[in-house]
Amino acid sequence: MTPVSEHDPDIGLFTVLREDGSADPKTDPNVPDAVLLRGYREMRRLRMIDAKMIVLQRQGRVGFYGACTGQEATPIATGLIASEGDWVYPALREQSVMLVRGFPLDAFIAQVFGNSGDVQKGRQMPSHHSGRSVNQVSWSSCIGPQIPQAVGTAFAMKKAKSGNVAFGFMGDGATSQPDFHAAMNFAGVWKVPCILVCQNNHWSISVPTEKQTASRTIAIKARAYGLPGVRVDGNDLLALYKVLSDAKERAKNGGGATFVEALTYRIGAHSTSDDPTRYRSEAEVNAWKKKDPLDRLRKHLVLRGLVSDAGDVAMDEELSAEVAASIKRVEALPPPDRASLFDDVYATLPWHLREQRDALVRGPSPVPHG
Amino acid sequence: MSEMNMVQAINDALRLEMRRDDRVVVLGEDVGKVGGVFRVTAGLHEEFGEDRVLDTPLSEGGIIGTAIGMALYGLVPVPEIQFADFIFPGYDQIVSELAKYRYRSGGEYSAKLVIRTPVGGGIRGGLYHSQSPEALFIHVAGLKVVCPATPYDAKGLLLASIRDPDPVLFFEPKRVYRAAKGEVPEGDYTVEIGKARIAREAQKAARMVTVIAWGAMLYEAIAAAEEVKKKGIECEIVDLRTLWPLDIDTIVASVEKTGRVVVVHEAPRTCGFGAELVSLITERAFLHLEAPPERVTGFDTPFPYTLEMEYLPLAHRIVPALEKVAGF
Repeated sequence: MTPVSEHDPDIGLFTVLREDGSADPKTDPNVPDAVLLRGYREMRRLRMIDAKMIVLQRQGRVGFYGACTGQEATPIATGLIASEGDWVYPALREQSVMLVRGFPLDAFIAQVFGNSGDVQKGRQMPSHHSGRSVNQVSWSSCIGPQIPQAVGTAFAMKKAKSGNVAFGFMGDGATSQPDFHAAMNFAGVWKVPCILVCQNNHWSISVPTEKQTASRTIAIKARAYGLPGVRVDGNDLLALYKVLSDAKERAKNGGGATFVEALTYRIGAHSTSDDPTRYRSEAEVNAWKKKDPLDRLRKHLVLRGLVSDAGDVAMDEELSAEVAASIKRVEALPPPDRASLFDDVYATLPWHLREQRDALVRGPSPVPHG
Repeated sequence: MSEMNMVQAINDALRLEMRRDDRVVVLGEDVGKVGGVFRVTAGLHEEFGEDRVLDTPLSEGGIIGTAIGMALYGLVPVPEIQFADFIFPGYDQIVSELAKYRYRSGGEYSAKLVIRTPVGGGIRGGLYHSQSPEALFIHVAGLKVVCPATPYDAKGLLLASIRDPDPVLFFEPKRVYRAAKGEVPEGDYTVEIGKARIAREAQKAARMVTVIAWGAMLYEAIAAAEEVKKKGIECEIVDLRTLWPLDIDTIVASVEKTGRVVVVHEAPRTCGFGAELVSLITERAFLHLEAPPERVTGFDTPFPYTLEMEYLPLAHRIVPALEKVAGF
């Protein structure tokens, strides 16, 4: 039995970006400039989308929103390394993987409005996106059920010898659920091409990680399931790129699943319905703001001579115009048709739903949300 | 045609479909080498191998959860839950995920599983090997619920369930797994989901009663019908076969003919499926009713061990209900 050491990947913290913005040559994955710039642009766009959606919610134009501010590095890195045939099972703060993989911005924003532009036909609360075109399913507010589903998809991939991987995401709170245990256990036994990623953002709404688990780290839990576990700096795009790429290579080569704990912080509220000043200090938030993943990537790109203040201003103008135009188009769309409430419960409409639909359509309309 | 019991008929359906469609996989606790605790999957592991017949870790949530992920990717999983009583660790996956996948994705995804599970009492199984939780699944939008009573229907309905685009809960009445025998065609055939069967037709008489039953209770209803026939009461027995979507037309037609109805089920009485059946019948055939509908059911208690024959709605409890509605 080897003793636990700080050098173990599930106890230490894998990092590439240093304080001064340089990449540690010992760990640098040497990501091509174009890929890094793409990631940078996607991160800036995502932060802008989140900010604008929160404003829309405050103005009463959308019902709810869950931003991922401060946690953009994990979903963006995932989007950069995912192949076309890979599948993504996100949790609340990884919706944006689909944007990086080419899901249209209008359709993404339409999900938040829940109107007829939404591929889900307005069936779900905002921030529960899915898109068949990019092999991304939606998470469940019930917390955790997507994790064993990702393992099942990976089983099917292995059986089909597809060479693809399934990503399954969760927050630190989800690691308390039976579905977490089931997923880790099945992934270990079946040795499937799966990458299970926990974004440990330190808070499950108001409950801190130390009240979720007495474990020294979350990554170390992988040992008990016979899986490699890695603890990575979740605000370091380069480190995530390296860890996720390695996990993907291992999965593709028959090495089975990997569990990744990405250490990060939820800078904003849990959602637009939450007030974090009731349970955590400003000092804590400010300390994490200094480790902002977008700032850290920018510092690195400045050092490499890839971005500049003037370039950022131009980029933000472009992105802002893109997002504003999308909101304008999407907001003008009508709500889903009334009768569509009964579609997709079953593949075809059974008699009881036909009766209920006909009664609804004949009846009076409700007073809309005020 | 050959005579089979229910276990053989279900096994035959699984084997046939696994040969026909290599997307079909079977997974669950003990379903592999040993062929299931009731031997329903016997021989499949040998024929189809490790990656199509999986002995899983002991985790119903894991079985259903991973099966959903397989289904989304294009496999057709037929997980077995060893006893319906054990399904609850997987209940969230069924209710929150499986039933809602198509709806919540706007029709972009569907998670199609057939969850097979033995159901019902009368096997000295006590609290946790005897329950009949069908109403808990009928109440969930998006699921189909099937419960055959004969080997013929078991095979035909299982083949139809595996080919159906929607998720199906396939309840197997374990009390008659081996006791129910009958002629079963060789090869392929299906029994349509959503169609009930008149298991016994009422001869024209002054006092007729429709009895609605499913699973193992069908045989109790038949026994009770024979008993009251001696007293001039004619029973028409509707074997539902599919509990949801319900074959309401067959039920209403029978009640219009007989004017009286008794519903029999093993599950507890309150909010049992019988309550819904009686509501639908009174909404649709009120003016045809000669007597208030009756329910003969399990009690609103947990399922008992020693006194299970007191708990079950067996023929001796169905007979007085038939006499009551006939004499109203």
